[in-house]
Amino acid sequence: MITSQTVLSVNNLQVSAGSNSLVKGISFEIKQGEIFALVGESGSGKSLTSLSIMRLLPEVLKITSGEVVFGQQKIFELTETQMNSVRGKKIAMIFQEPQTSLNPVQTVGVQLQEVLKLHQNINATDLQAKLVGLLEEVGIPEPEARLKWYPHQLSGGQKQRVMIAMALACEPELLVADEPTTALDVTIQRQILDLLNDLRKTRNLSVLLITHDMGVVAEMADTVAVMQKGEILEQADCKTFFANPQHEYSKRLINSLPKTDDFIGENNNEALLEVNDLKVWFAKKKGILQRTVGHTKAVDGVSFKVNKGETLAIVGESGSGKTTMGKAILRLNPVHAGSIKFKNKELAGLSHSQFLPHRRDIQVIFQDPFSSMNPRMSVREIIEEGMVSLKVEANAKKREEIMCALLTRVGLEPEHLNRYPHEFSGGQRQRIAIARALAVKPELIICDEPTSALDVSIRGQVLELLNELQQETGVSLLFITHDLSIVPHLAHRVAVMKDGVIVEQGTTEQVMTAPAHEYTQALLKAVPALYSH
Amino acid sequence: MILPVFLWSDLLIYTLIASVGLFLWQLRKNPQAKKRWSGVFASKVGMASFIVILFYILISLLDSMHYREPLPQLNGVEQQEVAYSSEVKSVLDIVLSPLHSSNESTYSAPFALHSFAKENMTDSNGAIYRDFPRLKNAGSHLKDVSERWWDVLWRSVLAILLGGLVAAVPIGLHKFYRNNSGKTASEVVPWNVAYKTLLMISVIGCWVLSLSEYYHILGTDKVGSDVLYQSIKAIRTGVLIGTLATLVTLPLAIILGISAGYFKGWVDDVVQYTYTTLSSIPGILLIAASVLLIDVYIETHAEQFNLTALRSDFKFLALCAILGLTSWTGLCRMLRAETLKVSQLDYVQAAHAFGVNHRRVIGKHILPNVTHLILIAIVLDFSMFVLAEAVLSYIGVGVDPDMHSWGNMINAARSELSRDPVVWWSVSAAFILMFTLVLAANLFSDEVRNAFDPNTVKGDS
Repeated sequence: MITSQTVLSVNNLQVSAGSNSLVKGISFEIKQGEIFALVGESGSGKSLTSLSIMRLLPEVLKITSGEVVFGQQKIFELTETQMNSVRGKKIAMIFQEPQTSLNPVQTVGVQLQEVLKLHQNINATDLQAKLVGLLEEVGIPEPEARLKWYPHQLSGGQKQRVMIAMALACEPELLVADEPTTALDVTIQRQILDLLNDLRKTRNLSVLLITHDMGVVAEMADTVAVMQKGEILEQADCKTFFANPQHEYSKRLINSLPKTDDFIGENNNEALLEVNDLKVWFAKKKGILQRTVGHTKAVDGVSFKVNKGETLAIVGESGSGKTTMGKAILRLNPVHAGSIKFKNKELAGLSHSQFLPHRRDIQVIFQDPFSSMNPRMSVREIIEEGMVSLKVEANAKKREEIMCALLTRVGLEPEHLNRYPHEFSGGQRQRIAIARALAVKPELIICDEPTSALDVSIRGQVLELLNELQQETGVSLLFITHDLSIVPHLAHRVAVMKDGVIVEQGTTEQVMTAPAHEYTQALLKAVPALYSH
Repeated sequence: MILPVFLWSDLLIYTLIASVGLFLWQLRKNPQAKKRWSGVFASKVGMASFIVILFYILISLLDSMHYREPLPQLNGVEQQEVAYSSEVKSVLDIVLSPLHSSNESTYSAPFALHSFAKENMTDSNGAIYRDFPRLKNAGSHLKDVSERWWDVLWRSVLAILLGGLVAAVPIGLHKFYRNNSGKTASEVVPWNVAYKTLLMISVIGCWVLSLSEYYHILGTDKVGSDVLYQSIKAIRTGVLIGTLATLVTLPLAIILGISAGYFKGWVDDVVQYTYTTLSSIPGILLIAASVLLIDVYIETHAEQFNLTALRSDFKFLALCAILGLTSWTGLCRMLRAETLKVSQLDYVQAAHAFGVNHRRVIGKHILPNVTHLILIAIVLDFSMFVLAEAVLSYIGVGVDPDMHSWGNMINAARSELSRDPVVWWSVSAAFILMFTLVLAANLFSDEVRNAFDPNTVKGDS
């Protein structure tokens, strides 16, 4: 690139809530046509920085000092009316959650139009052409027909494309992308990242990319700034940064990415759980008499087995039926057909009360550590509940001892028993959830994306803990995930799921290095990799 | 000796207060709920409105301790049994005895010394003329009519001083206790607001009580009885109808709503069918029909209701029940929706995975997480029912005409307001007292909502 003109410069920006300083004097510059990545974990102040640039901070937060210069304008000196013409026209923003950023009762066309009319004088005939052009540019098929669609008719990736089209509508000079792909599946994330990269090149657009995913950074960014606790620790161009990270925290972030070439082999052949041709169908009902007119086939004939002391990873994108299948094994979803054998005993046909004794053997850890614990119960009540109802230990004193030992084992303090879930961070909550599952001494734990809601550095710790616990207790894990990057380090075998069926399964090494099915190959290709270039 | 009388509604109010006490005692064990409630009282509005509500409850409690006085024994006759008056009085009547006993013959304006209507009178010469007659009781201590406003002013000053003194005692004691206990330093309870509210209530109370001994400060009604007395007696009706009708709605709404949302399937169908049917019938029509049925029942079972008070109490309770039975659908619908949402959350799924039984899942996981809806509904429904009573009495299907209620007063005002000159004080008195109660309840409910609604609670999820 020839030009190195600065588009945006932030000097000594400070944001605070009352006396609590959240962003502590950060400075950086974004050049024309550059992708500037702001990396950090949740709570590091990276989103606050982007909101300050747009002057969209919530009222309780104040910018205490510093300045933001965009082109020649000092952003903080503009009036609100002047600022409105900057927002959207000069600086545009795309958000993390495309589902909630589009108005569900207006068509895509109307919403795009609104942005254009607000900032540009454009006549009706040009307008239509421009709208179609925009949608074409962001890669939406049949753009003319899609203009009349409502957001719910589009897929998640398409919604994000529409958001990008809206952001581009007024030809901004700077695009602020706040975790634009976090809510999307890997294959779609790949498409969106490619799209952003293309747009940057064709429009000579500057992008402020906010993310926590080092893989995305490695692939996309020209310049990287690492943020922690409101400060920029390190700022360097991408290659230098990854080759030679200066700060301790940066090194940790980079190392938190699991290595992709370190596999664990198969270790045991004694089957614990055997699933054969499992089908989970939900009836579609119609009419006054609720006749069943058809089925939604969420899981359609899945077979696999989990050996003792082994981890089987089920990998798939959202909607592939992997969570539904996990819940069916737990009998939280009805089984339509097929067999589930646990230690050679058939579970599929059992009634609720017959299944009760087996609840001890199969436990679960959920994805969202914030909704998996009752906010009105203390940690003691939460862990104790299963032990009492499954009659693991009748003696209250012994229960207390077990709980203390468990909490210490998962890296918490016995004193934490009296606290409530909201007093813990996401990672700590997930540790409590692990302790809760272990409290009934299960032989199989179904882990339903236990790390996807956690920051990268904490994700590594939780996975490490699960690995250690498996080695100590010999528990088997059925690990449901969408994140292929954590699989090699964790699982003995992998099964890849798509649209309710398993398309490929085998040992981790086999699947990761020599994928047979084209879907697996696409998945593997989509993962943003650190060392890919 | 007097004979204590326990009406059914009295017993209910006693149990109610006992259960509120029990609830507060239970609260000490639950630190989270305690924190939420102290959030309610940490706000100035919440504190002030709570004290106003407390004052209303105190009056209705005093008015719920009923007794019958013995009749004076006939001269010379030795009776074995003491005969009791058929009039049921309450402790509040003792406090308000000057009001109750000082009846005039017809309308008189607030602070008036003369009647509101002209009468035929005979002068000293025997000639008949028409003029406003002097009232029997109001201002009878005055030597001359012109002294009236000076008298009112002087007595007001005295009453306000007295009110200040009365309030100073509990406030002083409490301050002394707070200073000595020491641990209160970290508390954020706005005691100053509480003191001010208490002072205001005490000053107004003393002023009203001491002046009403000499004047009808809110005038008199058609048959000459004191309007202030009526409107104070109506407090019990208003407070009781609010709480009792709300209490009737709760079990129905909670049990049906949560089971519909939790069990789904046919249970849900039945519950939904029931409440859609019920809410498609005009509520007023249903209430009017039921009230007529009760009237018939009372007439055919006259022997059970040998006292007027018993009759009106029965009718009143029936009205509360009907109001409650016709208005549980709103809360039920909300609870069903919330339960549908909560029962899909991971922690409920986790409880299922632990084999926890349905009763415990509902009691431990679902109910505590929908309590905020119930609490908000209680306080909102309360004020709705107080207003509903007024509306029902206005169309003639409300409480018994013998029972003092704001609705009956407003009903009477229908003809009073069409007179010329207008008789405005009766309806205004009912309006002011009802407005204060409903406003306080609404403000309090706002604070409760702020403290308990997960969407507004900041800092914890």
